[in-house]
Amino acid sequence: MAEPEPRTNRLRAWASARWRDWTITLAAFVLALIVGAILMIVADPEVAGNFAYLFTAPGLALGAAWTKVSTAYSALLMGAVGSPSALAATTAAAAPLICAGLAVGLAFRAGLFNIGAQGQAVVGSMAAAWVGFSLPLPPVIHLIVAVLAGLIAGALWGGVVGWLKARTGAHEVIVTIMMNYIASGLLAWALTTSAFQRPGRSDPISPEVAGSATFPQIFEQLHVGFFVALAAALVVAWVLDRSVLGFSIRAVGANPHAAGTAGMNVGATTIITMALAGALAGLAGVMAALGPSVNGVPTPLSEGLVGTVGFDAITVALLGRSKPVGIVFAGLLFGGLSAGGLAMQSVAQTPLTLTLVLQALVVLFVAAPQLVATLVPFLKARKGSVSLTGADA
Amino acid sequence: MSSVHDAHVPSLSDAPEQLDFTVVESRDARRARLSTGALIGVVGLVLAVLVFSTSGVARFALSDAFADVQLPTIELPGAPVVAVCAVLCLLAAAGFISGRLPGRWSMLAGIVAGLAVTLGFLTWAAAGKDLPFPVANQLAGTVFTATPLILGALCGVVGERSGVVNVAIEGQFLTAAFAAAIVGSVTQSIPAALFAAVLAGVLMASVLAVFAIKYLVDQVVLGVVINLLASGITGFLFDQLVQPNSRVLNSAPTMDPIPIPLLAELPLIGPVLFQQTILVYLAIVSVVVVWFLLFRTRWGLRVRAVGEHPEAADTVGISVKRVRWQAVLVAGIFSGLGGAFFTVGSVGIFSKDLTVGNGFIALAAVIMGRWHPVLAATMALFFGFVVQMASQLQTLNTPVPSQFLLMLPYIATIIAVAGLIGRTRAPAADGIPYTK
Repeated sequence: MAEPEPRTNRLRAWASARWRDWTITLAAFVLALIVGAILMIVADPEVAGNFAYLFTAPGLALGAAWTKVSTAYSALLMGAVGSPSALAATTAAAAPLICAGLAVGLAFRAGLFNIGAQGQAVVGSMAAAWVGFSLPLPPVIHLIVAVLAGLIAGALWGGVVGWLKARTGAHEVIVTIMMNYIASGLLAWALTTSAFQRPGRSDPISPEVAGSATFPQIFEQLHVGFFVALAAALVVAWVLDRSVLGFSIRAVGANPHAAGTAGMNVGATTIITMALAGALAGLAGVMAALGPSVNGVPTPLSEGLVGTVGFDAITVALLGRSKPVGIVFAGLLFGGLSAGGLAMQSVAQTPLTLTLVLQALVVLFVAAPQLVATLVPFLKARKGSVSLTGADA
Repeated sequence: MSSVHDAHVPSLSDAPEQLDFTVVESRDARRARLSTGALIGVVGLVLAVLVFSTSGVARFALSDAFADVQLPTIELPGAPVVAVCAVLCLLAAAGFISGRLPGRWSMLAGIVAGLAVTLGFLTWAAAGKDLPFPVANQLAGTVFTATPLILGALCGVVGERSGVVNVAIEGQFLTAAFAAAIVGSVTQSIPAALFAAVLAGVLMASVLAVFAIKYLVDQVVLGVVINLLASGITGFLFDQLVQPNSRVLNSAPTMDPIPIPLLAELPLIGPVLFQQTILVYLAIVSVVVVWFLLFRTRWGLRVRAVGEHPEAADTVGISVKRVRWQAVLVAGIFSGLGGAFFTVGSVGIFSKDLTVGNGFIALAAVIMGRWHPVLAATMALFFGFVVQMASQLQTLNTPVPSQFLLMLPYIATIIAVAGLIGRTRAPAADGIPYTK
């Protein structure tokens, strides 16, 4: 029989695992920035052209490349954390990312790939915006009803996937992706109906959400929604670590057959998890629909309102290793990237899409710590595979 | 982490409940039968309601208006045909739900229901319209639209038979489409564009291979991240490089249909199968090639061995990792060709995220085609049919909003995946990295 490890050793092991996670993440981020820089240089014909004279005039080529990269990245940094209002913009961008990241992460813990946060956020934003611009309700109640509508819409959209998975075994990756396309089709159709389209307009745009249903502003773009997102993270952490439901979610994620044999209802857990995940992603849609934009009024509902939050959420959840605290930090990081990306686009004329590349690269590197260890020699990596989805934790 | 296509393993609690039939039906089979019956029943009821909004004659044109040999245009009385189709669906549903259909009959009932649904809805849509429903166009368009799906499905089949789940078909498509557009624009040559597309497909496949096989990253996570990466890189290069110089970099030539002498003259079959682009012919040939590779060559046997039982394959001296690498790279060739369809194969110009989920529909075709190249290609044709029907119906001015018609392929995918998946089984080692 194995002796139980002394407590201090376990603590030390835990601390060193956390330390390794952080250093790997940091190294992955740096590597992603380097690859991003190479991409920027290659994609700029003027800068790349100078590399023809690399050996005759190395200063010219390297100087041009340095100017290009440093302008873009410093704009990115300044736009993310450079000033109080930049920080406020970062929190505004992070709020929906945290919610949608929790949606993906929670499902990961049950062994489910929720690629459908996008569609769930779209229907959430539709429901919340509709309540926001068409129901005449008193101030606080209006906001609460609008948020609840978004949560319920998202929960239904996600719950259907869980139900299909539990009843028929249909794989959730395919079903959620199809549900994404159906959700955007639904939104496109809704914006042509009288219930959603702004009177007197022929383009697909909704009326403005009433002030009584808007998240109150705190400082510039920082609004109450950010704290709602943090609260959601706390709730998810509590559910996962302290509740019976969370225990069965983790058990089903670790081994559904064992969980079933132990008497847990795998099907019900799948449905509930997907519905909860849908509600969280719906909350991300609510943030997009009811969160005040730069001018203090929420952006009216249109086809691109939620952006690509559902797909960014996958990277947020993976980077956060499907743990609520990790997801909050990952959400803030990618929120910063997104807010800074806008600054980078306007100041340095570098397309916002670069941030998508950076996100995907960070996660790719984090997923392969051995590769990071090969590229960054002083890091020691664990042998074998790592789990970013936390399903076997 | 579960693999992408969990074969359902019955647990101890799935004991047979009913013993009054000679053949005991498992709970899963019963559930699948009942849900199929319910689905067909609902569709039958919808058709029954539609009978009341059908008036006039539905016409189906068998030949293109410009064809040399004109086949007759079939005229069907609208309401009676829809009514008959509704009744057939309801009968099939009743057959499924009662559970009294013997094995062969239930398959027949399924086919009848499928045909009745298609005919019923098309008749409803075409009834009373000035224009006949163009059957030849529909079928030719089916083959054309299904081309990337067939190639994507072949990519999935080859990779997954070796045990590497490929959720990244979409990303491979996107990169290949981008490469084909750029190289096609610069060189104005279709072969060069195709070559670039294949190269891009193989390159993305090698990213999949290196992270899945060497670094043991969870393959579904990896696929999703590769898709994001492909979307990001093509999007960034498009914004930064292509958009400002679209005249030079985004004006690829498109493929012209190449009629095959004599065969192209055949009525109905000619335009459907023998007046297509080179890519369509390549896709059809590829199905045969993949079938031959997988089931008639030593290499194919090895691929299937490492996908089913890598330990056993390793014991007899097959290098599991090498075979998987080869399979994933070969698969990349097909996804590269499939990606070329979206630019040089059809419209010529690249736009951001232009593959709109086709890679995932191809993945659905892989699963529904039970990881078999010919069956998967058949499923791809089914999806091609639905996509093409959605766009044909748009021109017929049905009362259904066009946004709903555009959703049809996605809804069909969900129904197909939900209805059929319980009866499929993935290669045993699919998605499981091999470590000694």
